[in-house]
Amino acid sequence: MREFTRLLLYAAAFIWLMITGYPFVFMVQTSLKGQMDFFTQSIWALPVPCRVANYDEVLRTGFLRYFGNSAFVTVISVTLILLVASLASYVLSRLPFRFNRFILVAFMAGMMIPVHIMLIPVYVLTRRMGLYGSLLGLVGPYVAFNLPVAIFILTGFMKELPRELEDAAYIDGCSPAGTFWRVVLPLSSPALSTIAVYNFIILWNEFIFALVLLNDPKKWTLTMGLWNYQGQYGMNIPLIMAALSMSTLPLILFYILSQEKVVKGMVAGALKG
Amino acid sequence: MLGQERSRSFTATAILFLLPAVAFYVVYMLLPIPMSFYYSLFKWDGISPTKVYSGLSNWDEMLHDTIFWGALRNNIVLVVLSILIQLPIGLILGVLLTSRIRFVKLFKTVYFIPMLLSSVAIGLLWKYIYDPTFGLLNSFLRLIGLQHLTTGWLGDPATALFSVIGTICWQYIPFYMILFMAAIVGIPDELYEAAKIDGASDLGCFRHVTLPLLRGTISMASILSLVGSLKYFDLIYVMTEGGPNHSTELMATYMYKKAFHSFEMGYGSAVAVAMFAISLIAAVAVMGVTQYDARAL
Repeated sequence: MREFTRLLLYAAAFIWLMITGYPFVFMVQTSLKGQMDFFTQSIWALPVPCRVANYDEVLRTGFLRYFGNSAFVTVISVTLILLVASLASYVLSRLPFRFNRFILVAFMAGMMIPVHIMLIPVYVLTRRMGLYGSLLGLVGPYVAFNLPVAIFILTGFMKELPRELEDAAYIDGCSPAGTFWRVVLPLSSPALSTIAVYNFIILWNEFIFALVLLNDPKKWTLTMGLWNYQGQYGMNIPLIMAALSMSTLPLILFYILSQEKVVKGMVAGALKG
Repeated sequence: MLGQERSRSFTATAILFLLPAVAFYVVYMLLPIPMSFYYSLFKWDGISPTKVYSGLSNWDEMLHDTIFWGALRNNIVLVVLSILIQLPIGLILGVLLTSRIRFVKLFKTVYFIPMLLSSVAIGLLWKYIYDPTFGLLNSFLRLIGLQHLTTGWLGDPATALFSVIGTICWQYIPFYMILFMAAIVGIPDELYEAAKIDGASDLGCFRHVTLPLLRGTISMASILSLVGSLKYFDLIYVMTEGGPNHSTELMATYMYKKAFHSFEMGYGSAVAVAMFAISLIAAVAVMGVTQYDARAL
């Protein structure tokens, strides 16, 4: 009976491994085929001869630019989120400010606001500010939308830091700002890195604001570039699979190298969010 | 030690430090809520300087719009099926990965991958998995002799919604798996040992130890699934754009298309406000119900 249970467990584990993993095998396998080969052979056929021509073609159509654009927006936004959220969290967790409770509750309520209610007003506002079509136009909504979760995690973390450290800093002549910069911020680095990983993945994959606020193909982020690829090359399945492989494999590699950190970040963020 | 001078410098610092966060929050998150409601009272294309005030006519139109009601119905189907499919499979996988089997690390690594990818990448990949002629799914069905089950999947209004929900489950099951794993790891070993001594089988341990202790996690997972399903957009937009014939339309895709394809910003805003209200009511209701549950425990 116990042997039977074990067998059942392995069978279930293997089936789910195939369901999750095989689509990626299919993606890479197809990306190495020529278009004609793909249409004439069985889809299970191995890519012989193996061609990397699809990847060359993807690069030639300016895919690297989308990578660059995504990196630009993501790095700026994540840096701003960390800075703005830690400034606010410091006050909310450590300073005796009269409106702290009210402000914290207001931010927490923000975690419940669905992004779609912001879409049309943010579109109108971005046009008025002259940022429509610019990558910088994405930074505002990206920062705002991810602030509540970041503040929630950071405030909780900073509350746990020992009070004595601050008093010591004050006796040594540190202002509140100096205490924040020299004592509280360095001590918060575990929480900061969790937030950074979570927000990096969320923003790297963001789609709907990019769809609404970007119009110029030169400014497209990776998700926009991918999405437009199917419209442009919809019938060339191997080419699309090459573009998909190129855009997903770096993230998967990063994940395999720093697995614990990524899983922890994703779960912390999603739970609080 | 807290002299008046120190507390004054506290207040100045507090205001200065809070200012950037409050500014981002108010401009991009709070103001849009009344703004959306305001826009919903106009006929407007979003670009021209003139808005035409139309009172509640957008709202009236929405309440008689069968596509909107269809979208709401699809959203409800998505909520129910998400909870019924994702949670049990996530739980089974969580149990699997915490049991003593080999290659756990390999399984865990691969199982989690869909969580990392953008909905755009997943949507595109699955669009080609569901492809009627060259797709992985139909090819697999032909391979194992189930030709009669092959169909157009996304192209057929009868199967499109369920096909898309299948992909959504594939994307989100890893999240619930990790959630349940963390909860199961937290259950003390002594409970299982005691159950074993009392003669419980593996299945008995699961039913009488694991499951009761996971009640809190299960209700939290249900809330997350509910809130997430009501605002779903990316994947459906990439895979079907709400088609064919609105069979996969959700409130979010309908709102987006009204506002940014047909440039009816007023109408789109009305749908957005309705979505906001429905999500809020659902979240508050579920929280009320689960709080009641927590007390009953």
